[in-house]
Amino acid sequence: MSTGTPMTTTVPTGPGTGAPPAGAHTPGAARGPRRPGRIRRGALPYLLLLPALVLELLVHLVPMAIGVVMSFKQLTQLYIRDWGTAPWSGLGNYRMSVDFDAPVGQALLHSFLVTVVFTLLSVALCWLIGTAAAICMQDSFRGRGLLRALFLVPYALPVYAAVITWVFMFQHDNGLVNHVLHDQLHLTGRPTFWLIGDNSFVALLTVSVWKGWPFAFLIVMAGLQNIPGELYEAAALDGAGLWQQIRRITLPSLRPVNQVLVLVLFLWTFNDFNTPYVLFGRAAPEAADLISVHIYQASFVTWNFGAGSAMSVLLLLFLLVVTGGHLLLTSRGRRSADV
Amino acid sequence: MRSIRAAAVGAVTLSLALAASACGGGTSTGGGSDDSSPRTLTYWASNQGASIEVDKKVLQPELDKFQKQSGVKVKLEVVPWSDLLNRILTATTSGQGPDVLNIGNTWSASLQATGALLPWDARNFAAVGGRNRFVDSALGSTGAPGKDPAAVPLYSMAYALYWNKKILADAGIAKPPATWDELVADGAKIRARGKQVLGAEGSNLSENIHHVFVFARQHGASFFTPDGRPDFANPGTVAAVQQYVGLMSKDKVIPQGNAEYAQNQSVSDFAKGRTAMLLWQSASANLTSQGMGGDAYGVAPVPVQSGTPGPGTQVDSMVAGINVAVFKNTHNLNGARRFVKFMTSDTEQKILNRAYSSIPPVRSAQQDPAFGAPADTVLRNTLATSSAALPQVADESQFETTVGTAVKELFADAAAGRAVTAASVKAALTKAQQQMPAT
Repeated sequence: MSTGTPMTTTVPTGPGTGAPPAGAHTPGAARGPRRPGRIRRGALPYLLLLPALVLELLVHLVPMAIGVVMSFKQLTQLYIRDWGTAPWSGLGNYRMSVDFDAPVGQALLHSFLVTVVFTLLSVALCWLIGTAAAICMQDSFRGRGLLRALFLVPYALPVYAAVITWVFMFQHDNGLVNHVLHDQLHLTGRPTFWLIGDNSFVALLTVSVWKGWPFAFLIVMAGLQNIPGELYEAAALDGAGLWQQIRRITLPSLRPVNQVLVLVLFLWTFNDFNTPYVLFGRAAPEAADLISVHIYQASFVTWNFGAGSAMSVLLLLFLLVVTGGHLLLTSRGRRSADV
Repeated sequence: MRSIRAAAVGAVTLSLALAASACGGGTSTGGGSDDSSPRTLTYWASNQGASIEVDKKVLQPELDKFQKQSGVKVKLEVVPWSDLLNRILTATTSGQGPDVLNIGNTWSASLQATGALLPWDARNFAAVGGRNRFVDSALGSTGAPGKDPAAVPLYSMAYALYWNKKILADAGIAKPPATWDELVADGAKIRARGKQVLGAEGSNLSENIHHVFVFARQHGASFFTPDGRPDFANPGTVAAVQQYVGLMSKDKVIPQGNAEYAQNQSVSDFAKGRTAMLLWQSASANLTSQGMGGDAYGVAPVPVQSGTPGPGTQVDSMVAGINVAVFKNTHNLNGARRFVKFMTSDTEQKILNRAYSSIPPVRSAQQDPAFGAPADTVLRNTLATSSAALPQVADESQFETTVGTAVKELFADAAAGRAVTAASVKAALTKAQQQMPAT
């Protein structure tokens, strides 16, 4: 413990005890007036960080730890009133979750795959639309401010209100979507079901992209402001067309922004609970059975909170691996770019 | 120096305060019930009227009356059905809940297994006037057999066939169908006149369960073995589910659009005269509030396979209803029991069941002439002679979710024009059973 730095002297007043133990250092008590001053100066930054640290612990880490503990328990309806009495199940919940030959594991795997495909498509579309819109909005023209504000509306609306509106629009009998596609344009032979059956995936993807692309638009727009105009002017003098400018200047310059943007969009979309829950309720159609609702159903609806926690921990691990991998790859790219 | 010291002391104090409040918060605050004073009770009511506001208007004057009688103030919260079970589970897990609450009677055994509700033993029943005040069919849905009930019956309801007099008359149908074959035959005549035949809520898991449970009974089958184990995919249940979903896929009496209904759209369709018939529990008050007068529709028993409704395979309704329960963690047990006694008193039973067009589960209140209208008579007869309680097993809530979802998926198949065969029904039900927790 004692390394001779001023910090070690904070130990007696550290977070564990809160106050210097009265009798422990009686020999030093004579020099008391000078020492506490030194202590506090060295320790002050840490003391000031302490409230934030405690809050972080309470808000993030403790619930996570409790979730991990729950995942090792057989926490069914018989025990939820008094968690302490729930028997330990060891790795039982995990074994059940990843046993892909058994129905529960199979359903989880199916839901996971649906979520992966959904997330990849949604992030790609959000990014594509957002970037295209941001580039189109780059040059100033009359009404640009208005359009920018308009584009951000889906992002600013409360999720529930926005998605419930989509539910009405997707209704089979009276919905706007079928009215336009079937009644007006006669594109479909008969009205389509959007909220049940296989088309629910399309409905979910539509709402997700509608909700997500303004964020990509916002971030890319901010990123574009940092690209010096001279680059474009020089490129134009060299005879580069619009497409070449985008490919050679805009996209490479946006790379750091995109790296963060894609990661954030991926995490948000993968974990999104509100959109599928409001669209489909507690029992999502198989084609749109996203993992967040699936886990919710596994824990809340079947009242097996241990299994639900185990699935959540697995999801957490997967996202950690993806995030870690992403950061590793992108930071390596950055380092080599710096060289 | 002094300011630095002050900052340090402040930081430590703040941290300790945060930690202390987080650790101690569970017992001192939170939840709905303010247990410090035995002069108050928190009551979670289920949504019985056409809206939450309607419920508040119905209940508040009665709660004021109770306060005048007993001096206990009841804090009312009407919880929508979509939230009620989750709220109860959260309250159970945290120990912070209301003092008195309404539960769907089919949840009784599941919630009983959590141990969150006060068991109604002889002593507790004595406090509300004794077990004998309640009719047997209602008591049959208050918990697992052989255990002290987890709740007390509050409102009783039953399914009936609501039929639009004008549409049936226009189609040349003299009386409402009494068997499924008649209903399908009448359906052809109604569709020929461009009207929809029978409303259903294909994406509402509970509605699906209520109907396939009755169809299973009519096929002499059950979703649970006598010792309470899931047995979802036996030949009888497969035939039952196939017949119910077949009303859409084969018989074309349920419109395909109803496959995605889950917000009581089928009731609005019926009230607006788009659909000729509707299978619903105690719908009168709901229909009135949607502008359909009592003389525009008739009420008949739900069809059976053949003959007339009765016990055994002639069952034509579940025992539907609401129970009132006391949360075991209440700090005002006496007040809670007094409140339950008040709510199940003859006077209140008459007032409340009138308002919700349900039937009082209390014998003496049920005899009141106010419940002698033709619609009430059908419901009362159904409850007395041809209704059966959903399985009172701890897994009931999971059964509603898994089998309800299976039926929803089958309706989605039917809506997409795919055939619903015995094989596809069996596969869906087998999958549902495999989702059940292993016991």
